Formats: sequence, structure tokens, C-alpha cells
Amino acid sequence: MRWKTVEYSGWGRVESATGEIARPERASTLAALASERPAPAIGQRRSYGDACLNDGGAAVDMTRLDRVLDFDAESGLLTVEAGATLGDLARIFAPKGWLPPVMPGTGFATVGGAIAMDVHGKNHHGAGSFGQHVTSLVLMTREGPKTVKPGSALFKATVGGLGQTGPVLSATIQMLKAKGDVMIVTEHRIRNWDHFLDRFARTDTTYSVGWIDATARGAALGRGILEEAETGGGLVKPAKRGKRVPFNAPAFTLSPPVVRAFNAAYWRRVPDSGRTVVKPIDDFFFPLDKILDWNKLYGKQGFHQFQCVVPLDQAPALKAMLDQIAASGLASPLAVLKRMGPGRAGYMSFPMEGYTLAVDFPNVAAAERLIRALEGDTVAAGGRIYLAKDALASGDAVRAMYPEHGKWLKEVTKADSDGAYQTSLVRRLKLRSAP
Amino acid sequence: MTTWIILGGTSTIARVFARSAAERGEGVILAGRDLDDLNASAADCAARGAPVAEAVAFDARDRKSILGIVERARTLDAFSVAVFVGSMPPQDQIDAEPALIEGTVTDSFTGPAECLTRLAPLMEAHGKGTVVGVGSVAGDRGRVGNYVYGAAKAGFHAYLSGLRNRLGRKGVHVVTVKPGTVDTAMTWGLDKLPFLAQPDKIVSDIFRAVDRKRDVIYTPIIWWPVMTVIRAIPERIFKKMSI
Ligand SMILES: Cc1cc2nc3c(=O)[nH]c(=O)nc-3n(C[C@H](O)[C@H](O)[C@H](O)COP(=O)(O)OP(=O)(O)OC[C@H]3O[C@@H](n4cnc5c(N)ncnc54)[C@H](O)[C@@H]3O)c2cc1C
Ligand SMILES: NC(=O)c1ccc[n+]([C@@H]2O[C@H](COP(=O)([O-])OP(=O)(O)OC[C@H]3O[C@@H](n4cnc5c(N)ncnc54)[C@H](OP(=O)(O)O)[C@@H]3O)[C@@H](O)[C@H]2O)c1
Repeated sequence: MRWKTVEYSGWGRVESATGEIARPERASTLAALASERPAPAIGQRRSYGDACLNDGGAAVDMTRLDRVLDFDAESGLLTVEAGATLGDLARIFAPKGWLPPVMPGTGFATVGGAIAMDVHGKNHHGAGSFGQHVTSLVLMTREGPKTVKPGSALFKATVGGLGQTGPVLSATIQMLKAKGDVMIVTEHRIRNWDHFLDRFARTDTTYSVGWIDATARGAALGRGILEEAETGGGLVKPAKRGKRVPFNAPAFTLSPPVVRAFNAAYWRRVPDSGRTVVKPIDDFFFPLDKILDWNKLYGKQGFHQFQCVVPLDQAPALKAMLDQIAASGLASPLAVLKRMGPGRAGYMSFPMEGYTLAVDFPNVAAAERLIRALEGDTVAAGGRIYLAKDALASGDAVRAMYPEHGKWLKEVTKADSDGAYQTSLVRRLKLRSAP
Repeated sequence: MTTWIILGGTSTIARVFARSAAERGEGVILAGRDLDDLNASAADCAARGAPVAEAVAFDARDRKSILGIVERARTLDAFSVAVFVGSMPPQDQIDAEPALIEGTVTDSFTGPAECLTRLAPLMEAHGKGTVVGVGSVAGDRGRVGNYVYGAAKAGFHAYLSGLRNRLGRKGVHVVTVKPGTVDTAMTWGLDKLPFLAQPDKIVSDIFRAVDRKRDVIYTPIIWWPVMTVIRAIPERIFKKMSI
């Protein structure tokens, strides 16, 4: 009973796949699978597009391999199976004074997914990417477990490597010291684009993120809220269990007038002078996770997220892109702007020093055209799009954005000469063949 | 606070159970055949707060290992036991090789029953603790699709009922758990699974039953009305049905 044919999709629900899935519950089962029928590993499928799909092929669901294997309370070194979610780790270790070093905007992402996408968080400007805190990882090769250390080419091909070097079984992570299990968050109302860049240049808190109203135009273009935060100690009631979106929402839920009204209200919520609030860890890091299955809010047809990063000096190009987005009237409630540092750990890692912008769009033809145009602008600006979010890019554009693709390909070919770990995204972008 | 001896510690449901026990601050002794896997789960439970977290060898078909569990239990101040052991070979395999019946019944009934019977005097002496026995809705009625497994579980149910009668007099509580279909390694790849539940739902129901000293539970609760109806169907009709 190892394989089961399932139809499954990415978080955006635009792309779906049908294929056989195995879900090992112990390392020995994964070892058997890896030698008998190697297939790409997938996590909680929080990637939006087709990175976590293998249409027509097989995949290994890693989510049941989710145990903490070792924790040193002195050094904060944590060894954990790759299917553990970062939210779970935060919940277990924050009360002991430790947090996962990097947390993406959803606590449902697994350690394996965080490694394979070399994810970034609200502390990227200081702490860098997830892979930079991995001190060792174990790949389940066809011959059995193999320990891979930072510094090696295989490590650089695995971190940010889209799962193409094989399933990560477990990893050792240097956890980050936290003052306690709450966040002290200061929110500032931001008037417009220039105000945002100015504030980002001056912020020196460990965590910072900008929420942008991607519907505001003219003088208000780029208005939003900047959140700056540090960990803190104190008593906050534990968060309630998440609510579920029970069905696909009707079309008007995220229609332009509703979104505009929501955004304006969200923006005004923060007083002009700013304010400081104390939040549970989850509320700050994973604001959307409380509504389980919120992706259903976009209805059956699903949605896209566009995320790019451009170098610091290309901020005007990014502003022009935001202007296009605002003019389209297609953007959904919250868009995210963040200043990134240079930190990245793999050949195919997304981050670069600059500004990153992430915007959700309903899956309609006009949005698809807009996203393709924005991808062109990103290439022109010397930036990158994030493959964890992508469902539309072209292989040539992606290779142009990721100059170390050749080095990655060399290592990946060594680890997986017959292409057994290819996913739908890797095939779509033809990443496993030389240009 | 108690320490749970968990028979069948590698089972999907047992792992979630052990984890929850750890988060409640209770100890776990994980007993089973795959020590590598049990050690991984023990480490996980320790990280989640279990004051005792260890792995011990146990095979329901091996009396020596049952005696080993009893020896380990003797050193504990007080303890509880949860049984997750069970095996469900497909009925057509059993039909082709009837010798499989013995193993199925040993795994799902007589092996755990022997272990519990040997532990019972210790629990009676402590005058406290809980026994959780995981049976199955399959034990409520013999169905064409898996009646050997069902028969083993039915036997286990009757055994637990008697054990409850015995131990209840000494302050030890016995909970019979009858899960419906659960999304575990045992059922992965089987089709037609009505009301498929996640293991954490089963486990939260189990702890609720433990805390409230319930005797027999169906989990998820939908299986109570479903099985009430199925049990009420007259045999003369039931024998023609294939459900
Ligand atoms: C609401 C939301 C907010 C987000 N915010 C951020 C953010 O702030 N920053 C950020 O960087 N990302 C963000 N993301 C994206 C998300 O962090 C990544 O897509 C991440 O990879 C998801 O992890 P997953 O476990 O769901 O992996 P999946 O989506 O299932 O898989 C992603 C990739 O990882 C590979 N993979 C998964 N597990 C393994 C394994 N064990 N071994 C080898 N390869 C494996 C897969 O093959 C695939 O290529 C966000 C996503 C959502 C839904
Ligand atoms: N899944 C369902 O739909 C469902 C429904 C109703 C009841 N149940 C019952 O729930 C319990 C847990 O099952 P599960 O769903 O979690 O499936 P599972 O993961 O397959 O668990 C079965 C467990 O029994 C153990 N086992 C079998 N024979 C053994 C033996 N001779 N000695 C020691 N251990 C033995 C297995 O150990 P190994 O790892 O060593 O093989 C495994 O830990 C079982 O009693 C099952 O009958 C399950």
C-alpha cells in the first residue's frame, strides 16, 4: 500500500497534478522508496505554482516525517526530520527561548520546503536566508542516507535547489535566541513609495516588513504600513485554533471595490503617529495561517502570486511595476514590500540585496498578461522572480535571472542523472537541460 | 502525571498519541519492533516535554518480549498502558493463506491481551492508571471484506470489557477505543474510505475519554450512529450486503 493516485495542487490552486504519491512514516520506508522508485519530495505544498507538483509522475509526501531528533538547549542546535513545519518548531521552542532562524509568511512550510526554496523571512536583511543556518543535512540518496555539509557544491545545489538533488531526510539547524514567545511590534503608517524606501533604509530592528496597498495610485502610490518587531517575553493568551474557509468563495469576495475598501480601512487602522502592540509569535509571522485554506477565498479558479526582487538601485523600476499593478486594478488585498539583504545559500536561491515585492492576483487572463509583463520588467531590472510563487515564467527568463544555473545543473546531474526528481516546474522551465 | 507504556509505538496513531502525552507532561515508553523509528519518536517526545521518553523492544508474537515489558513496568512507580498494535492483511490474502489468521489474531488481540493480563496485577497494586485499548469498528460486525481482522478486534473488545470489569474494582480505568477509518500507514492507498479521519482527531478523542473516564468510544463520533445502524441490521439481510 505504498502508492496512491491523487489529484493535488499548489497553494494557488491554478496548477494541479495527478500522480502516485507515497507518504513514508519512517526513514527506512523512505530509504526503500528512494532505491526502488526515486521521485521528488514534496512538503506541505505551500508553493503557489507547480514547484511542488509532478503531474503524471510520482512524488514522495514528506509530511509524516516530522520529528525532532535532537536539541541542544545550550547551543540551540536542532536536528529535525524534514517534514516538520516551522510553525510547529516555533510553538515547541519559543517557550524555551529559541526560534527557527528564518520563518516565511506561513508556519505550514516544512523544513524540507524551506531548504529547497532557501526561504527568507522578515529578518532577511540581517539574518539572511534559511539555508545559511543549516549546519548539516541528510539527503536520502538511492544508496542510502548521505550527510551534506555547507561549503560543498552538493550543499549549494540542494539549498534552494528545488528538490532536484533528492529528498532531504533531516537537517541540523542553528536556532535563533529569542527573548520570549511574543513579538513587540511597532506599526508605522507609510504615506507613499518614497516614504517607504526612506523608512526601510533607516530601520534597524531584527524583523521588518511592509504591507503595501497595491490599489492606491497617484500621490498615494506605495502607501502602506511598515511593521518593525523584536521578540519579547510576557504573557499573551495562546492563539485559538484556526478557522476554515468551508467552500470556494463567490466571485465578488475579492472584487476590486471590496479590495480597495478593505485596503483603505486596513491602512487607516494604524494611527498616523504609529503604535506599538504585543502579538503572539504566530500572529506576527503567520498572519494568514489563522484562516486555514484561505486560498479558497479566490474561488475555484485559484490565484497567482507574483514575487520579484530587484537590486537596490533599481527601486524606480520597481516603483514603475507597482504603478502598473495599481493601474490594472487587479491586485488583491495585501501586497508585501521588503528590503532584503544579500544573504543566500544556494546556486538557485532567490534572495539578492534589494527590494522584493509580492502581490496576489486572481487567476484571470488580464492578470496573467500583467504578470508576464512584470516578469519582463524584472529581467530588465536585473532582478529575479521567486520560483516558490511562479506558475507562468519562461525558462529563458529564469536562466537569465539565475546566473549560477550552470553550476547547479552540474551537481544536480551528478546526483540524479536520469532526471527522476523532476517536478512540473522544472520541466516547464526546462531547468534540467543546458540552454 | 503518568508514564504511558505504548504498545505498537510505531503506529501512526500511537506516534500522535505519544506526542500529545509528552505535551501534557506525561512520560512515554514506546514499545515495538522497529527500534530505530521508536528512538526517533522518543527523542521527539523528549523535546516536547516528556519527563520519560524511551524505546523498548516488543513483538506481540514473542512472549520473551512481553515479559521484558513487564520487567520494565515493575520499575515504574505507576503507569498507564495504551495498545495500538494491530495488523490487517487483506482478506483475499488470508483466504489464499489461512495460516495468516494466527498472526492477525496474535497482533490484534491475543498478544496485547497477554501483555495486559501480565501487567494487570501491577496496576491493581498501584490502584491507579489507565488502559487504552484500540479496537476498531470492524470488530462490531463481521464483514465479507475483512472478517478475520474484525474477529480479532471483536475478541479484543470483549477482552477489554472484562478487563474493565476486573480493574475498575481497583481504581484502574479501561477505555475501549473504536476508530472508524483513519488516515494512517495502514490505510494509505486503500480506496473507498468513508469519513476518513486524521490521527490527531482520534488522539484528542482518546485523551478526552481518558480524562472523563469514558468506557467505550467511537471516534470520530459519526461512527456511533453508523455502527448502531449496522449492528441493528438483521443477519438475514446483512449476509447479503457488501458494505
Ligand atoms: C501564505 C504564504 C506565505 C509565504 N511567505 C513566504 C516568505 O515570506 N518567504 C519565503 O521565502 N517563502 C514564502 N512562502 C513560500 C513557502 O515558504 C515556500 O513555497 C516553501 O517551499 C513551502 O514549503 P512546503 O513544505 O510547503 O514545500 P512544497 O511547496 O511542498 O515544496 C517546495 C519545494 O521544496 C521541495 N521539497 C519539499 N520538501 C522537500 C524535502 N524533504 N526534500 C527535498 N525537497 C523538498 C519540493 O520538491 C519543491 O521543489 C509563502 C507561502 C505562503 C503560502
Ligand atoms: N487506520 C485505520 O483506519 C484504523 C481503523 C480502526 C482501527 N485501527 C487500529 O488502530 C491501531 C493503530 O493502527 P494505525 O492505523 O496507526 O496503523 P499502523 O501504523 O499500521 O500501526 C499498526 C501497528 O501495529 C504494530 N504491530 C503489528 N504487528 C505487531 C507485532 N507482532 N508486534 C508489535 N507490533 C506490531 C505495527 O508495528 P511495526 O511498525 O513494527 O509494523 C504498527 O506499529 C491498530 O490497532 C489498528 O488496528 C486503525
